[in-house]
Amino acid sequence: MRRWLVALVLVAAPVLADSNLPPARYANEQLPDPRQEAAAKALMEELRCLVCQGQSIADSDAELAGDMRAMVRQRIAAGEKPEAVRAWLVGRYGDWVSYRPPVEPMTWPLWAAPLVLLGVGAFLLRHRFRRRR
Amino acid sequence: MSRAFRFVPLLVLLAFVGFVAWRLAIPNDEKIRSRLTGQPVPAFSLAPATQGIAGLSSKDLGTGQPRLLNLFASWCVPCIAEAPLLDELKRQGIPIDAIAVRDRPEDVAAFLARHGNPFERIGSDRESRVQLSLGSSGVPETFIVDGKGIIRYQHMGPIEPGDIPNIRREWEQAR
Repeated sequence: MRRWLVALVLVAAPVLADSNLPPARYANEQLPDPRQEAAAKALMEELRCLVCQGQSIADSDAELAGDMRAMVRQRIAAGEKPEAVRAWLVGRYGDWVSYRPPVEPMTWPLWAAPLVLLGVGAFLLRHRFRRRR
Repeated sequence: MSRAFRFVPLLVLLAFVGFVAWRLAIPNDEKIRSRLTGQPVPAFSLAPATQGIAGLSSKDLGTGQPRLLNLFASWCVPCIAEAPLLDELKRQGIPIDAIAVRDRPEDVAAFLARHGNPFERIGSDRESRVQLSLGSSGVPETFIVDGKGIIRYQHMGPIEPGDIPNIRREWEQAR
């Protein structure tokens, strides 16, 4: 009995959480125009995957990320500006979906952080420089 | 260095430990909600997802009374768990339409035959295009669209037995 159970576990296939449809056109296929492809690629690297939230859609293997890449490429091929595509997605998912945070009161600490940290570093080091003299 | 400053590293450590403990106790909500709640349903028109059931367009929503719009897929395991609860909502008199995401007609038919069909219309969204335009980030998800075609509520993930009263209340409020 036990041996059979082990054998069954060994041959068991994981349940697939993916659809049976092939990837959308342009999910994994470049645009024929290299300039449009470069613009699409640059945008895809700055859009966040909704499923695997730490990856860009350019890096993600999730099906929804593939569909997002297809949408980005098709819209850019149709002549839309990359920033318009980004704005369309931000309008639906919020700033979260874009890896390029906007400059607004809410994100000022983020943009000011490098300068503040430099200042703190200089403050901490000032004694050291004095001692060396 | 003055005596008071000696404890600064300890305080920093305590603050860090406190922050980590807080986040472990109350994990961050990673749901990405649609920003379209409170806004009109974006225009779309989808072909029927399977034979014998009409397709779905945005014009079929917002026809005077609120409707549920369920995003599901035959390949989605939590959607199976959700199916009897959608049946229950339909039994309570709540009209439900659906969008089948990345699905094939024969698979949708088999899913409905096995798990029941509470849907009046089912549109086929083969490249997740309408799903993206709704601000939805996965299946299953359920929107409540009021009689004027405004999205009033978004439920993310499968509907569980405990969610029924809340969904019912949101639907009543959308009237």
